[in-house]
Amino acid sequence: MGTAPASRDVTSYGMGLAAPLALFFLFFFVAPLVQLFWLSLHNDTAGLHWGLGQYIHFLTDPFSLSVLGSTLLLGAEVTAVCLVLGFPIAWLYQRVGPRLQTIIILIVLLPLLTSVVVRTFAWIVILGRQGIINATLQSLGIIDTPLKLLYTQFGVVIALAQVQMPLMILPLITALGRIDSNLDDASCSLGAGSWRTFFRVVLPLSLPGVIAGCTLTYAAAITAFITQSLVGGGQMLFMPMYLYQQASTLQNWPFASAISIIFLLAVLAVVSVFTTLGRLSRGYGGA
Amino acid sequence: MAEPQGGRSLVVDAVTHRYPSGALAVENINLDIKGGEIIALLGPSGCGKTTLLRIIAGFIAQTQGRIIIGDDIVDTLPPNRRAVGIVFQNYALFPHLSISENVAYGLAARGIDRATRQRESQRLLELVQLPTMAERLPRQLSGGQQQRVALARALAIKPSILLLDEPFAALDKNLRLDMQIEVKRLQRVSGITTLIVTHDQEEALSMADRVAVLSQGKLEQFGTPSDVYDRPQTLFVNTFVGSSNRMPGVVVSADRTAAKIRLDAGAEIIARPATGTLTEGGRVTVCIRPEHLQFVGDETGFAGVVGMSLPLGATVVHEVTTADGSGVKISQARIGETRALESGAAVRLAPLAPSLANAFPATL
Ligand SMILES: Nc1ncnc2c1ncn2[C@@H]1O[C@H](COP(=O)(O)OP(=O)(O)O)[C@@H](O)[C@H]1O
Ligand SMILES: [Mg+2]
Repeated sequence: MGTAPASRDVTSYGMGLAAPLALFFLFFFVAPLVQLFWLSLHNDTAGLHWGLGQYIHFLTDPFSLSVLGSTLLLGAEVTAVCLVLGFPIAWLYQRVGPRLQTIIILIVLLPLLTSVVVRTFAWIVILGRQGIINATLQSLGIIDTPLKLLYTQFGVVIALAQVQMPLMILPLITALGRIDSNLDDASCSLGAGSWRTFFRVVLPLSLPGVIAGCTLTYAAAITAFITQSLVGGGQMLFMPMYLYQQASTLQNWPFASAISIIFLLAVLAVVSVFTTLGRLSRGYGGA
Repeated sequence: MAEPQGGRSLVVDAVTHRYPSGALAVENINLDIKGGEIIALLGPSGCGKTTLLRIIAGFIAQTQGRIIIGDDIVDTLPPNRRAVGIVFQNYALFPHLSISENVAYGLAARGIDRATRQRESQRLLELVQLPTMAERLPRQLSGGQQQRVALARALAIKPSILLLDEPFAALDKNLRLDMQIEVKRLQRVSGITTLIVTHDQEEALSMADRVAVLSQGKLEQFGTPSDVYDRPQTLFVNTFVGSSNRMPGVVVSADRTAAKIRLDAGAEIIARPATGTLTEGGRVTVCIRPEHLQFVGDETGFAGVVGMSLPLGATVVHEVTTADGSGVKISQARIGETRALESGAAVRLAPLAPSLANAFPATL
């Protein structure tokens, strides 16, 4: 049985090896972030007057707050869909033969091998008024008038869930693969049925994977600018597009900067909730 | 103390299993185990022991044959309805549950209330002598302690049969002996019909009422430890259980109880025909255990030259090369200052008694 301290020691040497990456981050991540923060502390577009006006504006403006809220909600919905659909696939992966495993991995990874723009347009073709779903349902006589699928919250969630699915499934596969298969058998021989075994043994022991998957999916879903904008269309506004409009179209850089800082903090808050949960559940991982 | 549960009988009736890959893991096994017996399933690695155990537990559906527990044919019952307790080789404790939750797991699955569960798990932890460990996690326990918990967990559901798959293989020698005694004690107390899988013949002989010896998926012999050790029915059993010298020879004359055999090593000895009457003139393999050979002074027995002598504590083992070039081991009790045999000394050897040499027809 692996013990945690042995792997912890790895961080105690070789910090110098991380220097190139650290420099890279310093120049291309930390510096722009500092500049962004500096810019957000100005009350006018020209950046001459210091003040917290941009933040006050955002936090007192119902429209801005609703954009933030719907973005965080979108992330939660996409994450939930990925978890509910992804878990059975990861579970199945651990129970089939090697040939089926290859096929499952291929299908799961396929979205990563195509451009996000192409994938998103594919969803437009599928969800549109004359799209594949509506055409099929109409020709089967199930519906008379086309359903509105594109440019809806439902459409965005489904398209994003498909795009982010690998981020959920891969950590789940790893976590499920680490569970000793004898535990299933032990549970069963002690009289537990498959559902009890799942909820009392498999699910708790896969929690580290669930949390890793949720963190990745969530972070990716709320920042997915292209899919959000193309499938969501003009009616729905999420933080990335809001930010883009303020910066590019309206040239209001201080406000755009404040939006990014607030968005960043909101995302960090959600992610740190996930990681705290992860740390609590890590206690289970020593299987 | 656990009330005796009057273990149920277990019948393995002509069970054969072929894996989908085509491997014939278990072939026509018949075992008739009485309630309360402790049975060892002994055989080398890969002979099908785990497969048979998993068939009895219900994890594998056998290709042919029946499993009967008590009066019930259980072939159609899933593992969670067979009331068979298993202790896995790696213990398979639930790493995220405390020791008492592990022990009470089967009771919770049966819908037993929390208070009873707690009382039961405490009683079982006392039974396996770990009453103070209830709140710990499995990984905070040593291997031997984890094994005791695994036992308590299996016993908690009051199983009709207890199965243990190589339970002591991962323990060091002293701990292994402790646990063997512990399991035997628990088995006596609870009276549960118990099947222990092992590849360690000493373990099988010391713990079991009867031993089933398996080789390549087939049952070689099923009998008491002394049957298996003293009256082996096959050449495999004779050489796998305990150590044995194999000496080729030809049958000079034979009846049902005794055979005169001319050994290739150069002597005529009387041996016990292990598988019924031998045909005169047929080639045989004679098995003689090292402790059943003696040095003889006269012209009986066969000649050899001493190679190496190994003092192994209570006994001394000498390696002797016979006239036909094969090696023979002879072990002697170490009584006082045993006469050291020099390497190269010429000696003559003979079995202690005719019944202690077993003759098997030579397989081609
Ligand atoms: N899941 C499996 N699929 C195919 N063959 C198997 C499987 N499990 C075991 N075997 C084969 O069946 C035989 C018996 O295995 P096993 O019952 O594990 O033996 P033992 O427990 O005595 O070491 C071996 O030859 C093994 O290779
Ligand atoms: Mg085995």
